[in-house]
Amino acid sequence: MFFIHLRDLFKSYGPVRALDGLNLTVPRGSLYGLLGPNGAGKSTALRIICTLLAPDSGRVEVGGCDVLLEEKETRRRLGYVAQDVAIDKILTGRELLQLQGDLYHLDNKYKRKRIEELIQRLDMHEWIDRRCGSFSGGMKRRLDLASGLLHEPELLILDEPTVGLDIESRSVIWGLLKELRNNETTILLSSHYLEEVDELADEMAIIDKGKVIASGKPDDLKKELGGDRVTLRVREFSDEVEAESVRKLIKNINGVSNVVVNQKQGYSLNFLVQNNDVISNLSGHLSKENFEVFALSHSRPSLDDVYLQATGKTLMDAELELAGKRDFKLENKKSMR
Amino acid sequence: MISTNPSLHKEKKSRNDLNEMLQETSALTWRLFIQLIRRPSTLFAGILQPLIWLLLFAALFSKAPVDFLPGGSSYGEFLGAGLIVFTAFSGALNAGLPLMFDREFGFLNRLLVAPLSSRSSIVISSVIYITSISLLQSFAIMVTSALLGYGWPSLGGFFLIAITLLLLVFAITGLSLGLAFVLPGHIELIAIIFIANLPVLFASTALAPISFMPEWLGWIASINPLTFAIEPIRMAYHNSVNLNAVLINAPYGEVNGYTCLVILLILTVGLFFLIRPLLNRKLA
Repeated sequence: MFFIHLRDLFKSYGPVRALDGLNLTVPRGSLYGLLGPNGAGKSTALRIICTLLAPDSGRVEVGGCDVLLEEKETRRRLGYVAQDVAIDKILTGRELLQLQGDLYHLDNKYKRKRIEELIQRLDMHEWIDRRCGSFSGGMKRRLDLASGLLHEPELLILDEPTVGLDIESRSVIWGLLKELRNNETTILLSSHYLEEVDELADEMAIIDKGKVIASGKPDDLKKELGGDRVTLRVREFSDEVEAESVRKLIKNINGVSNVVVNQKQGYSLNFLVQNNDVISNLSGHLSKENFEVFALSHSRPSLDDVYLQATGKTLMDAELELAGKRDFKLENKKSMR
Repeated sequence: MISTNPSLHKEKKSRNDLNEMLQETSALTWRLFIQLIRRPSTLFAGILQPLIWLLLFAALFSKAPVDFLPGGSSYGEFLGAGLIVFTAFSGALNAGLPLMFDREFGFLNRLLVAPLSSRSSIVISSVIYITSISLLQSFAIMVTSALLGYGWPSLGGFFLIAITLLLLVFAITGLSLGLAFVLPGHIELIAIIFIANLPVLFASTALAPISFMPEWLGWIASINPLTFAIEPIRMAYHNSVNLNAVLINAPYGEVNGYTCLVILLILTVGLFFLIRPLLNRKLA
């Protein structure tokens, strides 16, 4: 039973295509992670689900509501914690929560009880009556999360909830998200932190260039890779021709699969091996063709490997690549109404 | 245990839309007043500036002959009405700034994600706040003006002043809120406020009657909305309230009190209809 269903979503900002036929299905009661580099289209997708943006085309359903036609009903069902925490610096934390309660039309008795509950749960009692302008990033994020949860939403949407947070705040937020998941709240979380998605998500999708390139349970995605991840370098600074020769050689070895040349990491080779014997015999195969092993590392597959397998680059490299191309002025403009 | 409660949403549906709108509007308005209480400098600056003008300009022309101005009033008495209107006008012109900051800092998105009964609540709360502040500032100028010996209106005059200021403040607040959605940032909005503020004042009858002005400036002053607000207030101060009386001897003809109020009303309604599609689009 799905709670969110996105079908063929397209969205462009001028010449920049943010979503390119995005399809996504989020099961009810699950914690679903969206993984991808900054600029991949995660925030745009979340803003469309939250009714802050309209897609150029496509269909969006939340809990059986057509988001584009039943905006108000959709808003009642969801809580949204944005990437950039928007708080009023002059209000105290408690006043902000009271305002939020009024915007969701909670009655006074229930509002007070719920605010107290959240203050205790998110450990905010020491500073909740101070002005928001004096809060650290972690405090602001906890307050923002409390705002998103105040009206007991069926769906909680979090856009990069732990970016730049201290360990304590991250731990509090992760703990709460796990608790909510166990309580059947549907949570959609975007992140570019691999460990966050790995730790929290029941299911996930990797988004790249505005579309889903892989989806499923994190463990299944890692298992689908078929074995352990090996990174091999035959020289400290190899070149494309040499890397391609080695790739052709390695891909024919029994027990080796998914050989990828990682240009960003000095033309190293990433591949999967079915067992340790393959690694033991690797140097013999290479020396026959006059290649040496300069460096070799071997690890259990991670989500980064899943990303690498799907895109041919690591998440970090994708971040760096997109960082140079992003137009922050345009992004700032698009986030304003 | 933090929980979610789907039945809560069904209960909420049965609530009256009007009650919900009142709840969200009063909460948004209260937020603006909390900001004002904790950062009152804008309120005091809005009172101090016209007050300084009142003291300096009244002193500057204090030795002018008694029949210098039409009606034989002193310059301080003449100036009072202009500065009351100027105070309300300046306050209303700034109405868009809090909204612009909410846009820039993403707070508006928080409001737009909420299931507001009507998104007009966002605009209405701003209008209530700015109107209250502008009237409060204008009242402070009236009291100071009275303490300086420049008179106090009758009850009818007071009523006329309130109506006139409300019409002007509604019109200018609407304009400013519209600009807050059209312009890219607060720098541009502040620039427009700076550019508009003083020239609009000087090109009105706030500081001098039309008869003192060159013809071209007289034309501008006689179509300036501030003039249509200043003259009824000046009448409320100096004569008994008679809206049939000619208040403006404009180059295009005579304008009485009723006409002044009707023009202000048309301006308010016109601006409302002008910015409504914009607000609908931006708050959709």
